[in-house]
Amino acid sequence: MKIQVRFFSVTRDLVGADERALALPDGSKASAVLEILGLEFPLLLEWKQSIRLAVNMEYTHDERILNEGDEVALIPPVSGG
Amino acid sequence: MVEFVRSEIDILMVVKEVGSPASGATDVFIGTTRDVQNGKRVTLLEYEAYESMAAKEIKSILNEARATWRLEGAAIIHRLGKVPVGEASVVIAVSAAHRKEAFEACRYLIDRLKSEVPIWKKEYFADGSVEWSRSDEFLPSGRTLS
Repeated sequence: MKIQVRFFSVTRDLVGADERALALPDGSKASAVLEILGLEFPLLLEWKQSIRLAVNMEYTHDERILNEGDEVALIPPVSGG
Repeated sequence: MVEFVRSEIDILMVVKEVGSPASGATDVFIGTTRDVQNGKRVTLLEYEAYESMAAKEIKSILNEARATWRLEGAAIIHRLGKVPVGEASVVIAVSAAHRKEAFEACRYLIDRLKSEVPIWKKEYFADGSVEWSRSDEFLPSGRTLS
């Protein structure tokens, strides 16, 4: 299946892109996104503990099963206000 | 009311937005950009958002506030892009029949916004360095800050 991954703030700087498409095996968990991108961008893994995942604009947990066409965002610590 | 703007926030407009004949109190929180962070002089701040999700999250926390307190009006306006030091980056206005509800809801809204809503601030320092700000309030469930 194909999903779209979006990056912001620190995660965008680490990856060097706003977003990218990613192919994953069917039934993959949200955590697989960080694992796979971590192979290409090892610095992402250093941030792993403080990155929150969102699927289709909702915060989620690592075990969430992804579906074709999902939008997954890697949300670094927020600092609005 | 939820809005993102890329120029100076019209604070009076936000206050008027939440006004109603039934409200006896309007509480306004204005977050402004500060010129010092961790002892270093800041010259400029720049905000970015995951806008679609941020708008959804803000609507959600506004609904939580409305479910907790009896409010007449509530609005959150956040500025994005470059914000010079001393200007408003966020304005929250809440109106209610009495001040207690307005004060409590306003405080709740800014606290939730700062910990949950996907907005980020980049700080430009006088020494030429640039850093993404890191809030201590961001503690994802089941994770700890490294």
